[in-house]
Amino acid sequence: MDWGNLFALAIAAILINNVVLKRFLGLCPFLGVSKQLDAALGMGMAVIFVMTMASIVTFGIYHHILAPFGIQYLRTIAFILVIATLVQFVEMVIEKTSPGLYRALGIYLPLITTNCAVLGVAVLNIDNSYSFVEMVVHGFSAGLGFTIALLLMAGIRERLDMADIPRSLKGVPIAFIVAGLMAMAFQGFSGLAGE
Amino acid sequence: MSLAREFTKGFIRENPVLRLVLGLCPVLAVTTSLKNGVGMGLAATFVLVGSNVFVSLIRKGVPSRIRIPCYIVIIASFVTVVDLVMAGYTPELHKSLGIFIPLIVVNCIILGRAEAFASKNTVGRSFIDGLGMGLGFTFALVITASIREIIGTGKIWDLVLLGEHYNPVLIAILSPGAFITLGLLIGLFNLLEQRRT
Repeated sequence: MDWGNLFALAIAAILINNVVLKRFLGLCPFLGVSKQLDAALGMGMAVIFVMTMASIVTFGIYHHILAPFGIQYLRTIAFILVIATLVQFVEMVIEKTSPGLYRALGIYLPLITTNCAVLGVAVLNIDNSYSFVEMVVHGFSAGLGFTIALLLMAGIRERLDMADIPRSLKGVPIAFIVAGLMAMAFQGFSGLAGE
Repeated sequence: MSLAREFTKGFIRENPVLRLVLGLCPVLAVTTSLKNGVGMGLAATFVLVGSNVFVSLIRKGVPSRIRIPCYIVIIASFVTVVDLVMAGYTPELHKSLGIFIPLIVVNCIILGRAEAFASKNTVGRSFIDGLGMGLGFTFALVITASIREIIGTGKIWDLVLLGEHYNPVLIAILSPGAFITLGLLIGLFNLLEQRRT
């Protein structure tokens, strides 16, 4: 196993190809849940968890069900149903086994079904033909990258509330401009590792 | 509401992207060139019209508890159709849109219209609503893509617009340009709305 390669993959997924700022996935929760730090942290944790699980499950489905039967064109339908079911299932398991965690993550879990980042990462795993280990690392690091971007954004937006902004730019527009500046900063990471 | 108003509401008044702020991921990701923007817009319009019609057809037969999974299966089937057709007839466009074609499934505009409109209205009205909203989405993509392509490359749809003396501002077609352009556009639409009221 090539540890250096895996490390480069993780860094690339977290910083260089950040899901939100570079790949433009999962913008709805990025804008919706970034108003407070606590909520952002809860959402981030839930995304990391679901994204890793969803990567593993969809990887298994693709390589052991869809590919052997030659029905890869059903990928989109199969993945979205599996992810929706998985989220429900995870929610029920957490509710039964760990009420504390459920209270922390509970309200964010249903929102994740419509999070395009989860489906996007699952599709990217297949498109980039990752091996099993690479896929797990990629799914986890993409979730981590999402959480970092969300936390940074939440920190900035808490201060933005008190800033003097033109009325028409309040809310979503200014959040986008801030995200643009963050994306500019993240461009600086692009020299860190090869493509 | 008259049919004509139903059709035109998606353009400005209830523009899904610029007024309702839905379905943003593809707007940011594929608007690096006008061609991509138009391709994405038309693909989403097709899915939106198809899913609206089918959701409206089955609206009386589906128990409300399992309606969302049913809608998702309908939407995903249309997305698969678009995916295969584009891969066959426009392979270049299919390649540059990449993962954003399968991701039309999770575009909130489509599920949003199915839930908020098609599940309560007749087939005809749902068809008009889907077409209007889809074209409104395409309209938002076209504006964003035009601005970014002109500033970022000086060209539009392979047509050189700004002469050789223009030094392209590359940042406009990179990711920061996407966020800033769309932020300013939404701000502009807010301003227009405030002026009117």
